[in-house]
Amino acid sequence: MTQDSKFHHGDVSTDAKPIIEMIDIEKHFGNIIALAGVSFDVKPGECHCLLGDNGAGKSTFIKTMSGVHKPTHGTITIDGKPMNFSSPRDAMEAGIATVFQDLAMIPLMSVTRNFFMGREPTIGRGPTKRMDVQKMNETVVEEMRKMGINLRGPDQAVGTLSGGERQTVAIARAVYFGARVLILDEPTSALGVRQTSNVLATIDRVRKQGVGVVFISHNVRHALAVGDRFTVLNRGKTLGTAKRGEITPEALQDLMAGGQELAQLEGSLEGTV
Amino acid sequence: MAEVVQPAIQAAKDERLKKEGLGARLMKRPELGAIAGVILVTTFFLITADSAMFTLSGIMNFMTPAAQLGILAIGAAMLMIGGEFDLSIGSMVAFAGLIFGAATVTLGLPLIFAIPLTMIVAAMIGAVNGSIVLRTGLPSFIVTLAFLFVLRGASLVGLKIASGGSTQLRGVRDAVEGDWLAPLFSGDAFGPLFVWLAEAGVIETFNNGAPKVPGIPVEILWFAFLALVATYVLLRTPAGNWIFAAGGDSNAASNSGVPVRKVKVSLFMLTAMCGALVAIITVMDSGSTDARRGFMKEFEAIIAAVIGGCLLTGGYGSAIGAFFGAIIFGMVTIGLTYTDFDQDWFQIFLGGMLLIAVLFNNFIRKRVTGER
Repeated sequence: MTQDSKFHHGDVSTDAKPIIEMIDIEKHFGNIIALAGVSFDVKPGECHCLLGDNGAGKSTFIKTMSGVHKPTHGTITIDGKPMNFSSPRDAMEAGIATVFQDLAMIPLMSVTRNFFMGREPTIGRGPTKRMDVQKMNETVVEEMRKMGINLRGPDQAVGTLSGGERQTVAIARAVYFGARVLILDEPTSALGVRQTSNVLATIDRVRKQGVGVVFISHNVRHALAVGDRFTVLNRGKTLGTAKRGEITPEALQDLMAGGQELAQLEGSLEGTV
Repeated sequence: MAEVVQPAIQAAKDERLKKEGLGARLMKRPELGAIAGVILVTTFFLITADSAMFTLSGIMNFMTPAAQLGILAIGAAMLMIGGEFDLSIGSMVAFAGLIFGAATVTLGLPLIFAIPLTMIVAAMIGAVNGSIVLRTGLPSFIVTLAFLFVLRGASLVGLKIASGGSTQLRGVRDAVEGDWLAPLFSGDAFGPLFVWLAEAGVIETFNNGAPKVPGIPVEILWFAFLALVATYVLLRTPAGNWIFAAGGDSNAASNSGVPVRKVKVSLFMLTAMCGALVAIITVMDSGSTDARRGFMKEFEAIIAAVIGGCLLTGGYGSAIGAFFGAIIFGMVTIGLTYTDFDQDWFQIFLGGMLLIAVLFNNFIRKRVTGER
């Protein structure tokens, strides 16, 4: 049992079977080897952090996981069964939801309209088929309250929400539509301190509902606050996976930067990185 | 967005939120500007115009051109909310008029074939417009500007062929005389009701007892019907949500599973069909078609849509707003003849109104999105 913190409550049972398992994934773009054998898995209720500096292959890896890219080598299994995603839609149907940095939100539209965009519940049939506006509004207010956000009303425009709240709407939307694995691409990179802590709290909530979270970041402190396991990517390879409590921030930081150079840098910056 | 807030499910009160007054909430509705405009213009004419303007016949007088423009404006508004423009709708009116005239006069088809034929041709041209815009990623402004000239030219050439050298094709009225579908697209509706109202002394009559207004011109009914259907689609159906999404951010929309291409091509087709409907109604009304039909209407329709609250950038607006925008148009064009003003003030007024509307919309958008 590791120590609970503000954004981390309870451990994942170690014998849980992974939802998604990616084994020895390679991805080549022409003569460029973006991924050279990466293995990664996510268990239910776990927050698995994927860390790495710019150019380490994080984006290529999550795009492979979410069905945007096809791996050149390697296997992807879901619940132990090998899968072959040919489009992001396939991955979505298998329960892999990705919240990209642009969030796929439209500022001029209401929270409700954004939440159900492309997946509107309907009532009636034939020419009277229409959106179930009441159910949509109730669902949105309820789901957002569960995430700790009190909306002014379901017709509030997304443009009036803060960055952290928008991130939370995007996460709530993915979870509501049945995500089993939620991939968050640098959700905290553009946020302030307070909003970051909101998003981290949301991740903890989602994790407790049994969803596996893949948290991509290059901020070690954010990752350590919420993560159960930490995998570091460097130059297209995994540098190893560490469990919560087994690694110090300094060690993670060093791994991300590839060791040596940062140690020297840190000396000159006097521990401010 | 104009959803109705369900009071029962208001979230728990947040102490940081000031209570919003009715005024502030109304400000966020896209059609507010147009409604304010209607009130303003009505007040203006109540003061300056002859009292005949607001009698029943006076109202029909300005509502008829408003309806003809309004049908186009509703199509234009839907397309603008979907994030695209169509500058070719005015020319489309002329071209569809040619198709309709040629089908009824030259080919002698009954309306049951002539009307669908006109609609299908228009929809196909709309689909071509839309496909070019979406395939190439070019701005719809430039693609449809090309079609503005192509269709206008095709109408001229086609009319000369169909009529043997003239730019006008006559004889539509004789050709459609007695067709059972004609009352749906021409003349006045509810005739017997108006006769009854005249006999009851509710409405004005001529000396011989016939009502001064024989009925409601059908285009007004089409106009109101389309405004209602468009509003319903926008506010209450998934398709409406897709239109707002496609116009707001087509990338985000397609990432969320909205069939953006399909939505946009359908909107181009719908706009073209609105043009065809206006062509059918006006050609049957005047009994002839000519190449100048619908001239400049594309700009007037877009102006009406903008006055109605549509943003030029897409993703925001309303069909009801375009409805009122078109009514403002009709009132001003016809209303000036009831006053002592020179009618040519119309264009000055138009430009001023457009400028005010755009400034107002810009302000509203900032309010809605909370930009500062």
